[in-house]
Amino acid sequence: MRYLSACCLIAATPLLSSCGSQELGFLSPAGPIAEAQRSHFFSIAGWTLLVIVPLFIAVPIALWKYRLGKKDAVYRPEWDFSWLLEGLIWGLPVVIVAILSWNVWKLSHKLDPYKPIASDKPALHIQVVSLDWKWLFIYPEQHIASVNHVVFPVDRPVRFELTSETVMQSFMIPRLGGQIYTMPGMTTQLHLLAAEPGIYRGLNTQYNGESFAKQKFTAKAVSDSEFDNWVSQVESSPQLDMGRYNQLSKRSVVDEPIFFGSVEPDLFSQIITRVKTTPAASLPGSVTAINEGD
Amino acid sequence: MTGEPFNDFWLGKLSVDSLPYVELLREPNSSTIIGAFAASVVIFGALALLVLITLFGKWRPFWREWLTTLDAKKIGVMYIVLALVMLLRAVIEAVLMRAQQMLAVNQDGPLSPEHFGELFTTHGSIMIFFMAMPFLTGVINIVMPLQIGARDVRFPLLNAISLALTAAGGVLIMISLVIGEFSTGGWTGYPPFTEIAFNPGVGVDYWIWAVTLSSIGNTLSGINFSVTIYKMRAPGMTWFRMPLFSWTALCTSILMIFAMMPLTVATLMLALDRYAGFHFFTSAMGGNMMNYANLFWLFGHPEVYIVILPAFGVFSEVFSTFSGKRLYGYHSLVFATMVIAVLSFGVWLHHFFTMGQSANLNAVFGIATMLIGVPTGVKVYDWLLTMIRGRVRLTTPMLFSIMFAITFVIGGLSGVILANPPVDFAVHNSLFLVAHFHNMLIPGTLFGMFAAYNLWFPKVFGFRLSEKWGRVSVWFWSFGFYITFMPLYALGLMGAMRRTVQWFEPQYLPWLIVAFVGASLIICGVGSQIIQLYVSIRNRRQLRVSGGDPWDGRTLEWSVSAPPPEYNFAVVPEVHDRDAFTWMKQHGTAYSAPRHYQDIHLPKNSMVAPVICALAAAMGFALTWHIWWLVITSFIGIWAAVIARSFSRDTEKTIPASQVQEEHESWLSRVKGLSPVERAFETTPANQGLAEGVQ
Repeated sequence: MRYLSACCLIAATPLLSSCGSQELGFLSPAGPIAEAQRSHFFSIAGWTLLVIVPLFIAVPIALWKYRLGKKDAVYRPEWDFSWLLEGLIWGLPVVIVAILSWNVWKLSHKLDPYKPIASDKPALHIQVVSLDWKWLFIYPEQHIASVNHVVFPVDRPVRFELTSETVMQSFMIPRLGGQIYTMPGMTTQLHLLAAEPGIYRGLNTQYNGESFAKQKFTAKAVSDSEFDNWVSQVESSPQLDMGRYNQLSKRSVVDEPIFFGSVEPDLFSQIITRVKTTPAASLPGSVTAINEGD
Repeated sequence: MTGEPFNDFWLGKLSVDSLPYVELLREPNSSTIIGAFAASVVIFGALALLVLITLFGKWRPFWREWLTTLDAKKIGVMYIVLALVMLLRAVIEAVLMRAQQMLAVNQDGPLSPEHFGELFTTHGSIMIFFMAMPFLTGVINIVMPLQIGARDVRFPLLNAISLALTAAGGVLIMISLVIGEFSTGGWTGYPPFTEIAFNPGVGVDYWIWAVTLSSIGNTLSGINFSVTIYKMRAPGMTWFRMPLFSWTALCTSILMIFAMMPLTVATLMLALDRYAGFHFFTSAMGGNMMNYANLFWLFGHPEVYIVILPAFGVFSEVFSTFSGKRLYGYHSLVFATMVIAVLSFGVWLHHFFTMGQSANLNAVFGIATMLIGVPTGVKVYDWLLTMIRGRVRLTTPMLFSIMFAITFVIGGLSGVILANPPVDFAVHNSLFLVAHFHNMLIPGTLFGMFAAYNLWFPKVFGFRLSEKWGRVSVWFWSFGFYITFMPLYALGLMGAMRRTVQWFEPQYLPWLIVAFVGASLIICGVGSQIIQLYVSIRNRRQLRVSGGDPWDGRTLEWSVSAPPPEYNFAVVPEVHDRDAFTWMKQHGTAYSAPRHYQDIHLPKNSMVAPVICALAAAMGFALTWHIWWLVITSFIGIWAAVIARSFSRDTEKTIPASQVQEEHESWLSRVKGLSPVERAFETTPANQGLAEGVQ
């Protein structure tokens, strides 16, 4: 399997070198999840090519060999079946799909976004709330919060717990792995780990209105000490109370990251409860709320 | 808006602000100019059509021969005309979107985000509901009854009503260009984004009613076609003598019956949320948007096979006909079609692996998805083996089919990749996904429909399409496809997401430019098809194939004149073999006069369908704009028309045996006067529709 994907990688080099070098997607991974996605991507492609490459070869040959003008070719207009060929064209795909299916089963469990990443360090817990058109990150253990900017230590698993206060969105940091939907009134989970320090692009992938394209955030993987420094820096920022949160959750684009030195206790679960009990039109993030204006 | 009760009653939410010209005056920019221009095209297009019909004095024939006809072949032609008009609009939208994305790297492009949102929504909705569906329904209407040796479909009036409802939906989506706005929720229309709290405008309502009308029309078509195939096959046509296109028509019809209803239910539930304050899919009060996603894809995935199976049927006919050979692996192909149809109901969850369900569930649906790859792969190899030991002729339909086979498997490759949940997490919602489904639907459905158009056009109109321009269109479409969508695969792997109006990654630019060039080639493909049609109509005398068999056809539809008589067959044929017409040609029973003729009963014209079309469009429009008096009036009108028709006893006309005999014998004597043409000359004027078999 490894050889197969290696061959495939070489074949696809011209295309992928240009994608890879630009370090935007999971083909230039910066963590174990994206790394696994990448190698799995190539191995599936390799196995599937076993079925389709023969066709690329056979179609031109058949067209040439059996063209109308070639009078000396075999012509058997009644020939329409062969057990041997039939066995082959059903058998080969069945075998390959069986192999791939086994693989899917194993990897779906191994790379389950809900599964904690094995590590000797405890996972950092970050709560994510998707708003129109920005991301709110709450650090329940550090009691701080930030908008459109998330920082975590390198080599330490991160447990994201996600919800949305507007429409459905999808949370992704392409070079680390992803993605998972954020849905109003519900929570989802995503476990990621950055293997190398760096600044990574994060985004919403699910269309949610006019400023969808601008709903980006930066994810920064730093050393443990830098992380502690950052936390203590942020602690001097203003408090995220319900009033500020309501202001924040109105439809808007946030150009510069915002930081909050303390957070209303249980804000995350309060948000979920209020989404489930308040008609969406009365939430600050709805269009009607803007029309009623302030 | 006006607040005046009088206007509110008569006009609902309508006001002058709903016109794009007002918007243009208020905020003149490239986006509103394009919007106003599009509206003008719709208005002038409609006006020009009305003026032309009046000038040429064609209102009476237009009404009698087309609008009120119950002849399946003519209904089929109208379906395809609808599909081609909508195709033109949706391709132009696609090029606009490519242009926008190319011009919007680190700057604002020509289109506003709202306008871009409307474009990707109409592009997707049109291509699926008003291009692919009407196109394949039209082809089935024309070909299937002829192939199984039937005179008509089982329920001719229902057939016309299906068309009426689909057309009404199409009218709504066209009106939305002129009055108001369209949804920005994508062709999937996921709530809560499409709920009133986040989308209070009329756009989503236009989408709901256009899609609902079309889905009801398609359900009725499915019932009609499957009953026709069950009940109306000619004597001797057993299940395993049925041509493969008719098999795929049957599978598609069954899928339509079962898959369309979840969509109708989902859109109507969404309508209840929006109009009556229900909470099916809202975030609060117990609503849950995941139910919508499940309902929608319970329709949405079988839909993929609804639009692709008939194309598989077309390819089967094309490979066999233009290889001058029996279809290889017929039983295998039938079995594979059935397997695909059944499996298609068990994979819908792969559209949202990222919703947070358990790994077990994702794995099961991933495996089910890959299983579909098996019968699909088998089909492609069966077509390859059909060419082997044949005499292959590279005509336009064959070129489309070969380009399909080669290109489609690349889409299969990306499909298997996407079927793996862990990898799907990395490319879901990205341009990789966009490239994948275009890679399935353009070579799959669209090339199949173009092949069908080139293959059966001479049967319907009595003259061939220009071969030269047909080939030009194949190359523009094929290269255009590759140049547009291969860059999108790369962009998707680089983390570029779909439905993005503006980019902040300069690395994307070169790929976006290439993709735009590809889209321009596709427009040239459409252009060459328009030229092909024009040139062919101009040269229709040289291209005439009155014998009815221009391609040395193998199935029953080629055994009658071109165009076929309204009753299809003077005498219903007896079927002895899977390739029924080839058998007749080999046994000397083709072109023979029967011993005696009988009276033929056909349905009379009916004005019920055009009335329903107008009223359904009015009702959709009124619902969208909350004009309740019109909703009630048109609803009552629709049912009044149906009930009134049910009292009419005089619904059939009789074509006397003598007339049938006269028409049939005059055709036979014409065929006798034709000289058979060798296959090497089938694309020259020597081809008059009488075939000399391959030697």
